[in-house]
Amino acid sequence: MLNTLRRVGPPLLMLAPSLILVGVFVYGLIAANFSTSFTDNHTAAQATGQKPAVFVWFTNYLDLLANEDFQHSLMNLVLYTVVFLAGTMVMGFLWAWMLDKPVKGEGLFRSVYLFPMAVSFVASGVVWRWLLNSNQGEQASGLNRLFQIVGLDALQNNWWNNVTFGIVAIAIPAIWQLSGYVMALFLAGFRGIPDELREAARVDGASEWKLYRHVLFPQLSPVALSALIIIGHMSLKAFDLIMSISKPANYQTKVPAVDMFVFKSSFDYANAAAVGSILLIIVALVIVPYLIRTNREEKR
Amino acid sequence: MTAAADQLAAPRTRVDPPRPTTKGRYTLARTLRYAALIFFLVVVLIPVYVLLVTSFKGTGDADPSRAWALPQVWTAENWVTAWTALAPSIVRSVAVVVPSAIIAAFLGSLNGFVLARWRFRGADIVFTLILFGMFIPYQAVMIPLTQLVLDLGVPTGVPTLIMLHVVYGIPITTLIFRNYYMTVPHELIEAARVDGAGMLRTYASIVLPISIPSFVVVLIWQFTSAWNDFLFAVFFSSSQNGPVTVALNNLANGALLQNYGVSMAGALFASLPTLLVYIVLGKYFVGGLMSGSVKG
Repeated sequence: MLNTLRRVGPPLLMLAPSLILVGVFVYGLIAANFSTSFTDNHTAAQATGQKPAVFVWFTNYLDLLANEDFQHSLMNLVLYTVVFLAGTMVMGFLWAWMLDKPVKGEGLFRSVYLFPMAVSFVASGVVWRWLLNSNQGEQASGLNRLFQIVGLDALQNNWWNNVTFGIVAIAIPAIWQLSGYVMALFLAGFRGIPDELREAARVDGASEWKLYRHVLFPQLSPVALSALIIIGHMSLKAFDLIMSISKPANYQTKVPAVDMFVFKSSFDYANAAAVGSILLIIVALVIVPYLIRTNREEKR
Repeated sequence: MTAAADQLAAPRTRVDPPRPTTKGRYTLARTLRYAALIFFLVVVLIPVYVLLVTSFKGTGDADPSRAWALPQVWTAENWVTAWTALAPSIVRSVAVVVPSAIIAAFLGSLNGFVLARWRFRGADIVFTLILFGMFIPYQAVMIPLTQLVLDLGVPTGVPTLIMLHVVYGIPITTLIFRNYYMTVPHELIEAARVDGAGMLRTYASIVLPISIPSFVVVLIWQFTSAWNDFLFAVFFSSSQNGPVTVALNNLANGALLQNYGVSMAGALFASLPTLLVYIVLGKYFVGGLMSGSVKG
């Protein structure tokens, strides 16, 4: 008995603070959030506990999903995620592919491509709101003015003020910020491939395309998956950039995370919690299989 | 993780063997590659140009036709205004970020060591459960979290934010340290055990001293993500008691709405600390990025 305690005691003691904190702040609060989302806690009086809230189970979820406003948010989220993912993966891969070959000043290119990652979305949002100004013609500034200067007037558009595709404009700064990160992942992937593999393929007479298709791409697929998961889950949480470039109340750029903030600000805790839970479920659908898979692979 | 960072840091020395194609085509490909690299370099730097140029412009340069031109008169006025508006919040950001990074790193190191070395049944499940905390959208805990913070009686602003960055920093710090300790030779730990050192002694006298590189990576990562955090800051503080991200957002979207000169100067002030870390400790910064991918 005493021996067991001596063996199990110290490690348990070392883990305990974190286990308790994560248990309460992650799992406990997720449970509490679900519980709030099942109530009719829609008013300030209920939020502060002056009036009781009643369980209504899935009513809030059904109402939200049937609501055209919220459907628009979900649609925006899908659009944003697709553009953000495609943009960062293409740019990141392209940069890594170019820098993998011997390049003079490689360090400089790499550092510049990666630097936006160190800046907060709020700070870059300040500059991008200026760049994505929707004024055109005489009044144009930002990118629209730049298009005029370089003679590409036709490219002028109203950016994030477009009702259907405004959210795509918000994905541009996001791509600017995270392509360097994907590049870093791919570059590490490229460099992790032993030179012998390439040599062997070349000796076998494989063309450059075949070398990529059959040797390099398969080796890079775990990196690509990691990048997809990380960028994808960041995209689902999109909030900072939208808050700093647009406004929470703007219909054209709203996503669930912004809705949640608006609900919370108006003391509609039940709907705020329901939106949070919907986001959690979407993220979990992506992340949980990934975590389980990684766990299994490590054991092998 | 560090291995990946090292690989990244080491430029390729291998020289591609000469292709069986003509020399002309080879040179053309190389020229095109440099042209593309420089083109993207310029594109990535456009916002930097805009920020610097706009922040030095006075009201005389307000006309949209001068949007991309250099200032007619260079003025530091915007910088002074921005600094006056943001200085207190920058101090508060430091007060949030430094303690929370240190505490989260220390907890992560304890967890990482136990989870890497103490292979009890279910260790991997515990690890995965902790790791999941890194991916959750914090929107899914925000409503009960406001209640919990209220119940705990932690004052809003700096103290609350320290607590939250510690708690929600635990998963990533645990991940980085665990991955690192997995690479520490088993014999090193075993030798200590044979000498009769318990787990805590082994940790303090052997593991901690060799963890310095990981601590640097973790501290930088925590510093950067806490400094740049906006979500927790906007829910749990105001521009009066909050960090620089909230103050900057207020400055840019508040009364000075259209004064881009001031907000851009402010954006640079708000980014300087993390940019400095990136420039000075770039290698470790990349190390942290790499470990963000679970397998590292």
